[in-house]
Amino acid sequence: MAGMSSKRLQKELVKIQGTLPPGISLVSADNLREWLMDLSIPDNPIYPPTDTYRLRFLFSQSYPIEAPEVTFLPLQSPERKIPLHPHIYTNGIICLDLLDAQGWSPVHNVESICISIQSMLAGNTKAERPPGDAEFVRSNRSRPRDINFLYHDPSV
Amino acid sequence: MPAAFVGDEAAEPVTKTPPSTRKRKLVDSITTSATSQPPATIELPKRKASKTTTASVHDANADAEQAALPATPQTLSSDKPMDSDDDLNSVASSGMLGEAMDDSSVDFDAADSDDDGLEDFQDDESAFESQPKDLRPAKKAFEVDFNVYSPGDIQHQQDRQVEEVATLLEQPAEQTAILLRFMSWNKERLIEQYMDNQEEVLDKAGLGANMSSNPPRLEAIDGFTCDICCEDEPGLQSFAMNCGHRFCVDCYRQYLGQKIREEGEAARIKCPGDGCNKVMDAKSLDLLVTSDLTDRYHELLMRTYVDDKENLKWCPAPNCVYAVECGVKRRDLTRTVPTVNCDCKHAFCFGCTLADHQPCPCALVRKWLKKCEDDSETANWISANTKECPKCGSTIEKNGGCNHMTCRKCRHEFCWMCMGLWSEHGTSWYNCNRFEEKSGTDARDAQASSRKSLERYLHYYNRYANHEQSAKLDKDIFHKTEKKMQLLQSSSGMSWIEVQFLEAASQALQQCRQTLKWTYAFAYYLARNNQTEIFEDNQKDLEMAVENLSEMFEKNTDQLAGLKVDMMDKTSYCMRRRVILLDDTAQRLKEEGWTFNVDLK
Ligand SMILES: [Zn+2]
Ligand SMILES: [Zn+2]
Ligand SMILES: [Zn+2]
Ligand SMILES: [Zn+2]
Ligand SMILES: [Zn+2]
Ligand SMILES: [Zn+2]
Repeated sequence: MAGMSSKRLQKELVKIQGTLPPGISLVSADNLREWLMDLSIPDNPIYPPTDTYRLRFLFSQSYPIEAPEVTFLPLQSPERKIPLHPHIYTNGIICLDLLDAQGWSPVHNVESICISIQSMLAGNTKAERPPGDAEFVRSNRSRPRDINFLYHDPSV
Repeated sequence: MPAAFVGDEAAEPVTKTPPSTRKRKLVDSITTSATSQPPATIELPKRKASKTTTASVHDANADAEQAALPATPQTLSSDKPMDSDDDLNSVASSGMLGEAMDDSSVDFDAADSDDDGLEDFQDDESAFESQPKDLRPAKKAFEVDFNVYSPGDIQHQQDRQVEEVATLLEQPAEQTAILLRFMSWNKERLIEQYMDNQEEVLDKAGLGANMSSNPPRLEAIDGFTCDICCEDEPGLQSFAMNCGHRFCVDCYRQYLGQKIREEGEAARIKCPGDGCNKVMDAKSLDLLVTSDLTDRYHELLMRTYVDDKENLKWCPAPNCVYAVECGVKRRDLTRTVPTVNCDCKHAFCFGCTLADHQPCPCALVRKWLKKCEDDSETANWISANTKECPKCGSTIEKNGGCNHMTCRKCRHEFCWMCMGLWSEHGTSWYNCNRFEEKSGTDARDAQASSRKSLERYLHYYNRYANHEQSAKLDKDIFHKTEKKMQLLQSSSGMSWIEVQFLEAASQALQQCRQTLKWTYAFAYYLARNNQTEIFEDNQKDLEMAVENLSEMFEKNTDQLAGLKVDMMDKTSYCMRRRVILLDDTAQRLKEEGWTFNVDLK
């Protein structure tokens, strides 16, 4: 039902254009398929306050019943890096239970996902990539939702 | 071969029995045949007794024949009456005519049941000594007990369990089914928890007291906004379970559609609320699941029964609807390779559900497949289908499964695998199945050693891939041969039954090559010691038998009729070698007698 995702996204957009928590901002929402958001992380030496990270949201027709595909997007100008985190691969794929079918709840929205990712980074103490990052980045051809991540360490 | 004909005909009514549970009660059959009647049980006076004994005799035979055909009809092991004594006799006799060709269209291990010294009885061997060979229940070390169930059987099993537990809990069947599903069909746990705190269990499963006084219903609530679609129009129909997470009906239905259709969930769908672990109860689902989803929903509910039980697995063959029951547990997989045969004829591993990979344990199969995938680029050249004749250099394409190559141009005969002279293979076949570890003088050189380990891998991979490829080529040739068979029938006057030896040979080749293929993965991980040699000897013997048989397929149709006896001999020899290899390997695996250069866990 196409009506569902567009109606909901329109309502989300109205709210997002109003207010957003500090460190989260809307970059573009030109259509109802792809949105870009910027993120900065307060109070964590791993992520300098001057650094900004870009999130790309891809919505299917079944959003919000189905989770959106959320990845970090690298960019030359303005400079956007992929934040260093044991659950974020160098290709921008995020291993977060919230974003897969089991952990997703249709009650979540773009704003709540941004907040979750922001706090995941804010609380991080390990300046490292996931184990097997190079191998995964080299060989992965699947879309994020089709990857079976192991959430072996939910505390990170 | 009239005996074969009779046997085949007699087996007819059995094969036509609707797919039912094929019991392989080895223990039962051992006790019955060992303690009671001699083999001539067909004409026992007492009907009841003769029934049981016949069933067990037949089962014993089915075990001896490894594959589960001819089927044991339900009527034999249940207490439904037999139709007539004729049926009884025919079933028994078809089982007793255990000659290779009777059932060989599906069943090759029959070929070994009349061989001597191959049976390996684990206990009570003496009890069988006076028995005719055909009746020996020969469970080999590589065989496991299993049952095949049709969807009807599965449904029946569920119903029976529900009934049983319903009586115990004094609950209606419908509610008991919900409780059992809720508890993942762990009936002991359900009964225990139910006895402990009845109210709590009922509540959690959505069957609590307030459920009956206050059944799930749709409501329109003033001022309600749906958190999923953000809809807030007055009169909006909504639903919530007792966790209080309320959503509009449309969103709920979309959500269920996603879960049921896309994610294949049914028995344990959670509330859509964020972080809410409340499992949707059956009553709420009944209310919300739309009619276009109910079939799928009920199908999934039935599937969860099999998924929930450790001893049940769906046959992985495409479109197959059967489930297989087997008692082998995950922890047993380092000591056994549980191949089961589905009624659809697909043989698969109960441990990992990949196609039959005996004698190689699941853990090694996983490692091997991963390795092949990782190294596929380096190893690609191997699977190339052409090579140059070592003598004259002309390009030779391998077009049959056999490794014995004859160059069309110079008539040079050589081995495809090692490119060595074929004439030397009679005595020094070793060169072809064993990787000669060259003396380790250059082992200090790191580069040399990495090249050497690649060489070692390629040696085994080459042979592994060769059998995989040859099996395909053998199959192609067989399809051509099938046409030859029709010609053969009309030109030689042989009946359809009589030309079946070709099909039997072809299937034996497929099966043996499958086994051989995995012996190379097995050998790759095997640490070298004196045990290894026995394994390699067995491997070599089977390989030789297979190549000899494979070669016969390249003969012209007009020669085939004359080769029938020879081909049948070679077929049964192949199958015998296979059994020897598998049995010996499995026996040692059971005793943890193999040393591997990797961890099996
Ligand atoms: Zn809604
Ligand atoms: Zn809830
Ligand atoms: Zn099957
Ligand atoms: Zn396996
Ligand atoms: Zn030549
Ligand atoms: Zn050779």
